[in-house]
Amino acid sequence: MSKVQVSMKVNGKTVDALVEPRMLLIHFLREQLNLTGPHIGCDTSHCGACTIDLDGKSVKSCTMFAAQADGADILTIEGVARADGTLHPLQEGFREMHGLQCGFCTPGMIVRAYRLLQENKNPSEEEIRFGISGNLCRCTGYQNIVKAIQYAAAKINGVPFQEAAE
Amino acid sequence: MNDMTSEQRAERLQGMGCKRKRVEDIRFVQGKGNYVDDLKLPGLLYGDFTRSPHGHARIKKLDTSKAKAVPGVLAVLTAADLKPLGLHYMPTLAGDVQAVLAEEKVLFQNQEVAFVIAEDRYAAADGAELVEVENEALPILVDPFKAMAPDAPVLREDIKDKTEGAHGRRKHPNHIFTWQIGDKEATDAAFRKAEVTVKELISYQRVHPCPLETCQCVASFDKIKGELTLWGTFQAPHVIRTVASLISKIPEHKIHVISPDIGGGFGNKVGAYSGYICAIVASIVTGRPVKWVEDRIENLSTTAFARDYHMMTEIAATKDGKVMGLRVYTIADHGAFDACADPTKWPAGFFNIVTGSYDFPVAHVTVDGVYSNKAPGGVAYRCSFRVTEAAYCIERGMDILAQKLGMDPAELRLKNLIRREQFPYTSALGWEYDSGDYHTALRRAMDAVGYQELREEQKAKGAAFKRGETRELMGIGIAFFTEIVGAGPSRNCDILGIAMFDSAEIRIHPTGTVIARLGTKSQGQGHETTYAQIIATELGLPADDITVEEGNTDTAPYGLGTYGSRSTPVSGAATAMAARKIKAKAQMIAAHLLEVHDDDLEWDVDRFRVKGNPERFKTMKDLAWAAYNRVPPGMEPGLEAVNYYDPPNMTFPFGAYICVVDVDVDTGTTKVRRFYALDDCGTRINPMIIEGQIHGGLTEAFGIAMGQEIRYDETGNVTGPSFMDYFMPTAVETPKWETDWTTTPSPHHPIGAKGVGESPNVGGVPCFANAVNDAFKFLGSTHISMPHDNWRTWMAADKLGLHG
Repeated sequence: MSKVQVSMKVNGKTVDALVEPRMLLIHFLREQLNLTGPHIGCDTSHCGACTIDLDGKSVKSCTMFAAQADGADILTIEGVARADGTLHPLQEGFREMHGLQCGFCTPGMIVRAYRLLQENKNPSEEEIRFGISGNLCRCTGYQNIVKAIQYAAAKINGVPFQEAAE
Repeated sequence: MNDMTSEQRAERLQGMGCKRKRVEDIRFVQGKGNYVDDLKLPGLLYGDFTRSPHGHARIKKLDTSKAKAVPGVLAVLTAADLKPLGLHYMPTLAGDVQAVLAEEKVLFQNQEVAFVIAEDRYAAADGAELVEVENEALPILVDPFKAMAPDAPVLREDIKDKTEGAHGRRKHPNHIFTWQIGDKEATDAAFRKAEVTVKELISYQRVHPCPLETCQCVASFDKIKGELTLWGTFQAPHVIRTVASLISKIPEHKIHVISPDIGGGFGNKVGAYSGYICAIVASIVTGRPVKWVEDRIENLSTTAFARDYHMMTEIAATKDGKVMGLRVYTIADHGAFDACADPTKWPAGFFNIVTGSYDFPVAHVTVDGVYSNKAPGGVAYRCSFRVTEAAYCIERGMDILAQKLGMDPAELRLKNLIRREQFPYTSALGWEYDSGDYHTALRRAMDAVGYQELREEQKAKGAAFKRGETRELMGIGIAFFTEIVGAGPSRNCDILGIAMFDSAEIRIHPTGTVIARLGTKSQGQGHETTYAQIIATELGLPADDITVEEGNTDTAPYGLGTYGSRSTPVSGAATAMAARKIKAKAQMIAAHLLEVHDDDLEWDVDRFRVKGNPERFKTMKDLAWAAYNRVPPGMEPGLEAVNYYDPPNMTFPFGAYICVVDVDVDTGTTKVRRFYALDDCGTRINPMIIEGQIHGGLTEAFGIAMGQEIRYDETGNVTGPSFMDYFMPTAVETPKWETDWTTTPSPHHPIGAKGVGESPNVGGVPCFANAVNDAFKFLGSTHISMPHDNWRTWMAADKLGLHG
């Protein structure tokens, strides 16, 4: 199959590559770029394990061709921490609030929450739950994921985090 | 450090009882986990299956030539290729055999027919599409109640003349086993004498554990060395190595099984699947590593379903509500092959926990396992073996009895719960419950939610509904469950003849840091964090200085793996016992260094000190160093120990759950207003992780009770095996959970811990079901079957004439 040339920015670095036209973006990221943080959970864009940030939007990379990402600016979980290795407040929040167990949904969940907090700096619990409803988690029951996102929002906004009474 | 108090030193260790943050999270939050599909090897090939569109058909012709012509396709395996190797069938964990690739017949939709091996996954999928199969459709059997009818189609022609199965006599070609337990005569007598009896068919639908990561593996055979390395999503890597050796005849020491990080298991990843066998054969044939990764539809429709239990439940009682006997007849649909993951002697798992938390004087249970044109499996989906089926059966049964007696369901339970002073308690069906304080737990739960006030509100709402002032019904669900976990004593539990012990090996390095290796395998439970906490408390070394490793069969001691909430009860115990061996040796070294007798020393958090002279001590860190250079004469140097722990009994966690729902009778929508869960898992190792496990288990229970079902239509089509149709709760539907606990340690476990991961599924499912049923009860409804999705709930309301 003849290949097409793509060029995109991934986690701040320019990437040029040849891809089969039918190659899915998730396979391109995982197999050609070795970015194995985003995962494949369902192949049908329901679970969100493959979520990346593409041109300022949360995108399920299992339902997009690599060729369609030509010219895009992409952020994956691997690009979320600061260059010096300091964790992003979301990464810190997920650990502090026990917002993960098996870790399989976590990269997609954090990248989705990253965009959510740009869209809405101080979301309510309901807004968080709605905002991450395209990302499935089988382990946590979401309650601590909500807290992890609230923790990060507070930290980003420079206000003390207060756990809501149960 | 030496001027710290004992308490300060203990806190520094981050041992048992503290909310230690997880070690695993550092890699997971950065996308640096190491899952099977992340693995890349030079020359890696991909395998993909051609699957049957039919539920039951005879294969007339199988042509792989078009598939082989696809660019990038290297080979196509069929049963004809596997048969000369004796690999077209594989043994199941239940003593049956399962077709690796279908030979003459397919027996369920999506059954594996051919395995296409290609340079990349796209070419493999192209090839799989082009394998041509000519089928002759055969009559379909999807209703387990019709399996043993005289005119039922014979499914398993390979064993049709076998009248003896792995669990005794087979009375029909589609019959697998009959399993009976209890005193039939005494139970029948109790029913004859009973003042009140109830009888109801309580069906637990077929569901699937559905971890977010599907089943997958990479097989790499080294022809020169004759060695196989198999990476995979294995909850029980050591068992997989043994099975792989027995099937392939490759000596066990030449097989290296590695379970890397696993993206959830919930029982789905216990068994051995066709994909593993085909990947191994493909690697041997091609001389290159081969990866097999299930997609979601394959996962939901082929590997390891759960439940499909249909339980005719009868309870006998006095008219004032004392239970006198329990009788359950169950039809168990095992699908096309009996690949149920149960200990050998327990074809119906631990279903005889069905007397639950109640003091039944007599009981009798019969289970008939049958074949059908459905996928094989029968794993425990986040519960110990068949325990959630049992809990659903008895907890619905008790509510139905309460309704017949006109009693409050909580009052009926309080009247019949096993009393604290009765422990250890031997149940009518033979289990010895280790410890419990059930009345305290249930009363505490009732107080926490304001039970009496809720009942009054419900009564007022019911009256308002009857007056036509509201279209909403209120339901209050109670479930009191007893789990049975930690399999198991080797005298009655084995898998393929291997006794169900588990293991831990601890090695202390000279500088006082530690590596511990275990026979279990975490799939998100946080073992790297919690096992270190046990060692920290036992040995007085900081948890942060302890590395925990699992999943590599070359380095870890043999173990039976992680399922059935057995890690803490079995490997957790092994960890404590191995640590105690080390501590005993360290004490001798300390006595030598301090020039006192062993008995003159006492343990204080992280050190041995001289009794009456606490200024003279040696810390465990000092003793680690000394173990490598100053041991007493005649003692072996080094400081390490291994323990294989064979538990004396199972452990019996329990809990009291209460749920409040509001049901809209016109839309069928059920809103969970409140869910309170009190769990008693004995000694608590990490309360943060316990709470997380309970949140997750309740969410899975919510999914099962309120929507999940792997359904088959009458032509054998599995309907909706994708996330479009199979109910996966999102953050929006998932209720908020309130958690609470009591602590009743297990008397026979070294640290008193009982295990917790699966309790919320066992207790959660009947609690939701009881809540929905409770909402309709005052209108004369006795039992509405799960799942309680909007459509079924609307139908139930319609049947009661609520839509005018």
